[in-house]
Amino acid sequence: MAVRMITVSLPRIGTDRAWRDAARTHLGRGTRPEALLWQAGAPAQTDLFGAPDMPAPGTAHALTVPRAFLDLARTVVWHADPERFARLYAFLWRLAERPALIRDTADPGLVRLRQMEKNVRRCAHKMKAFVRFRDIAPGSTGRRRFAAWFEPTHHTLEPTAPFFARRFADMDWIIATPDITARHENGTLTFGPGAQKPDLPQDAAEELWGTYFCNIFNPARVKVSAMTSEMPRKYWHNLPEARHIPGLIAGAEARVREMAARAPTLPPVRAARIAERLAGTGVDRVMDFEALHRRAAEENREVPDGYGRIVLGEGPGDAPLMIVGEQPGDAEDRAGRPFVGPSGQLLDREAAAAGLDRSAAYVTNAVKRFKFVQRGKRRLHQPPDRTEIEHGRWWLDHEIALVRPRLILAMGGTAAESLTGSRTGLLKRRGRIEETDRGPVFLTVHPSYILRLPDPARKKDETERFREDLAEVARTLA
Amino acid sequence: MPMSLNEKLAILSDAARYDASCASSGTTRRDSRKGGLGSTEGSGICHAYAPDGRCISLLKILMTNFCIYDCAYCVNRVSSNTPRARFTPEEVVHLTLEFYRRNYIEGLFLSSGIIRSPDATMEDMVRIARMLRVGHGFKGYIHLKTIPDAAQELIDEAGLHADRLSINVELPTEQAVRAFAPEKSPATIRTAMDRVQTRRAAAKDRSHGGKRPPKFAPAGQSTQMIVGADGSTDRTVLSQSTRLYGSFGLKRVYYSAFSPIPDSSALLPLIRPPLVREHRLYQADWLMRFYGFGVDEITAARPDGNLDLALDPKLAWALANRHLFPVRVQTAEREMLLRVPGFGTKTVGRILAARRHRTLAWEDLKRIGANLKNAAPFITLRHWSPGTLTDSADLRARFAPPAEQLSLL
Repeated sequence: MAVRMITVSLPRIGTDRAWRDAARTHLGRGTRPEALLWQAGAPAQTDLFGAPDMPAPGTAHALTVPRAFLDLARTVVWHADPERFARLYAFLWRLAERPALIRDTADPGLVRLRQMEKNVRRCAHKMKAFVRFRDIAPGSTGRRRFAAWFEPTHHTLEPTAPFFARRFADMDWIIATPDITARHENGTLTFGPGAQKPDLPQDAAEELWGTYFCNIFNPARVKVSAMTSEMPRKYWHNLPEARHIPGLIAGAEARVREMAARAPTLPPVRAARIAERLAGTGVDRVMDFEALHRRAAEENREVPDGYGRIVLGEGPGDAPLMIVGEQPGDAEDRAGRPFVGPSGQLLDREAAAAGLDRSAAYVTNAVKRFKFVQRGKRRLHQPPDRTEIEHGRWWLDHEIALVRPRLILAMGGTAAESLTGSRTGLLKRRGRIEETDRGPVFLTVHPSYILRLPDPARKKDETERFREDLAEVARTLA
Repeated sequence: MPMSLNEKLAILSDAARYDASCASSGTTRRDSRKGGLGSTEGSGICHAYAPDGRCISLLKILMTNFCIYDCAYCVNRVSSNTPRARFTPEEVVHLTLEFYRRNYIEGLFLSSGIIRSPDATMEDMVRIARMLRVGHGFKGYIHLKTIPDAAQELIDEAGLHADRLSINVELPTEQAVRAFAPEKSPATIRTAMDRVQTRRAAAKDRSHGGKRPPKFAPAGQSTQMIVGADGSTDRTVLSQSTRLYGSFGLKRVYYSAFSPIPDSSALLPLIRPPLVREHRLYQADWLMRFYGFGVDEITAARPDGNLDLALDPKLAWALANRHLFPVRVQTAEREMLLRVPGFGTKTVGRILAARRHRTLAWEDLKRIGANLKNAAPFITLRHWSPGTLTDSADLRARFAPPAEQLSLL
């Protein structure tokens, strides 16, 4: 029997429903795929079946089609490929025989349809991304009005327009494409025939957007292919920001070179002022003692390997003298209090001898954690490095800001480095007051330096010099 | 003369570009049909791409780039001479809404330098979010960069308005944070993350009457780590992210290759780490989250604890574990298929579906979308066996680019 060709004409608007209805009818009648000639772009929506001499409806099969196919078809009908309707119907024909086909992800027919589905999805996604509205004068309703011109690869405006209706519900807008035009007025979405590219008025926001686009770009990492794979050149002529792209790429290398060549500059004057306020008497960030101890307790919940806990200073909150040592030792770490070990005892003894009331001073350390290496049962003291001094300074500065001592006694190299920025030449600098950002600082050696001297005679001399320094401090404060 | 909006925008977007995140996905579905403006529908949309290959989804700006902190890696640190500007909250709201109406963006990613105090700064940011959500009925995406030291109540309110909250851990180790960001404290950052996670969990519990509390940061929280500013190895970086994903339920950890910044601090290394390192870290991150790999497995291939820059981490792992290959595609377990180079999660899903219907051959896998160039030495199929290829000595050379090309990366 000769195959009689039946022409099915589908309208440009409402293509998805029209194809589904036609496919259902023909499958029900048992029309073979090769007998159907599908045509798109019929002007009227009603004219579903072009062939005037349609065979009378036969006995309709009970049609059950997997839901997954309906979803697939609903997307693929918007593809630009003229074969799309025929491909869908041919697959549907096979599917009727073997419903499991829809899950055979390696079937060539299905793979092709899935590919087309992906193309349409991507095209719709790019439409959501790249439509650019321009503000046009408000109409009589008082709602703001916007218009856009867009050229999609596939027929995606109709399935995508509801997205814009959900998103921009309080505006009136038009999206025109060569294919069809979507119009949203007072909350109602309608479709009309396509248009030529309209002449839209200038919109001042595009300049701001261009500024944003140029400045969010990092010239140090140009990756043009990554950009064009996601934002293909075919879209550029309708994107207001795209005109900046050639200039940005061309200038990037020079900008990076200039950035590298520029020498580091000195911090602005403001920086020192702010740093001082942060560290010192500023009212904004100064914690009270209670908050500082809370913070220390919080930090102490997790103590890094090779370190002790944070030990804060102690003494009167308004002490005229602050004594700053190096870091807590083994005994201090166990007690959670500063200067209770051998060094502390030496300090106590010599301070009493020099007439300096140690209990009237606030005693603390430049670095707050005991740093050690474990040797058997003993924890051996390790000197703090620059980073640790830096970190300890945060705490120390808070303590200084709270106590506001008239004089700070810095004992040893670490305290000197923390408070004056340098530890060099300590033995020459000791016994004198140095003016610093943190106020006057009196330098001397650390008691542990004396304790470690092997020669008893030198030890005695040094103890005396230490006592003299403490006496000098007492005289300064008197 | 006061600065124009355009000038401020130039300075404050320039200052924001070092934040990698631009995600606008994963939040609740909502739209404006019942009033207001905007919608979010699950997947994010990238509205434009800059020539650096990064997507532009959100209006990513700083409220101000004045800052009282002195973090060495940051262009906005107090000791830098970068030009400064400050938006009023009204200006941020205006820009967000006008850009949104023209379909330029999905929403706002607001960050800020610390001005006056952490609380004062956070308060202004929350005010902007409140103006958008409550004053203008804005339904688009809002991402707020939280300030770790800010008061609990402010972060609580921020989570009610924002889709995502983020706090940057900045650097992979505590030592590095101490050295480069003296005013920031890793412990405070952890506490703040923990707080957000607790609030998010609490917002999912129904009350006795079955009522749901208001949503709290429905798109979760994320963080960013700068890679290459300190000496941390990839293993350190990835272990830190594993901890972050595990302890705080983070949605994403972003890696940002330390990028030379204008007027940079003398503390920082002068060499720029290769961008490919950042890329490899993202690949490894993906393998840990979606492919069942552990940190140790991924970083075991090289003794120095860094990833192989010439090979993607999955391929590097397979080359180091050839005794597990070739894999029989027709019968292998899902977990093993996921470990085959060239098979992604989608490919594996399709293989599992298709092999119930047919015995898979080379052509089938090609149609399914597998990368057979990478997979070939590691699989057996109908009519395909790699033979001695799997164990051949020069297999690595097939994949790694020739050595002289490396210098270009």
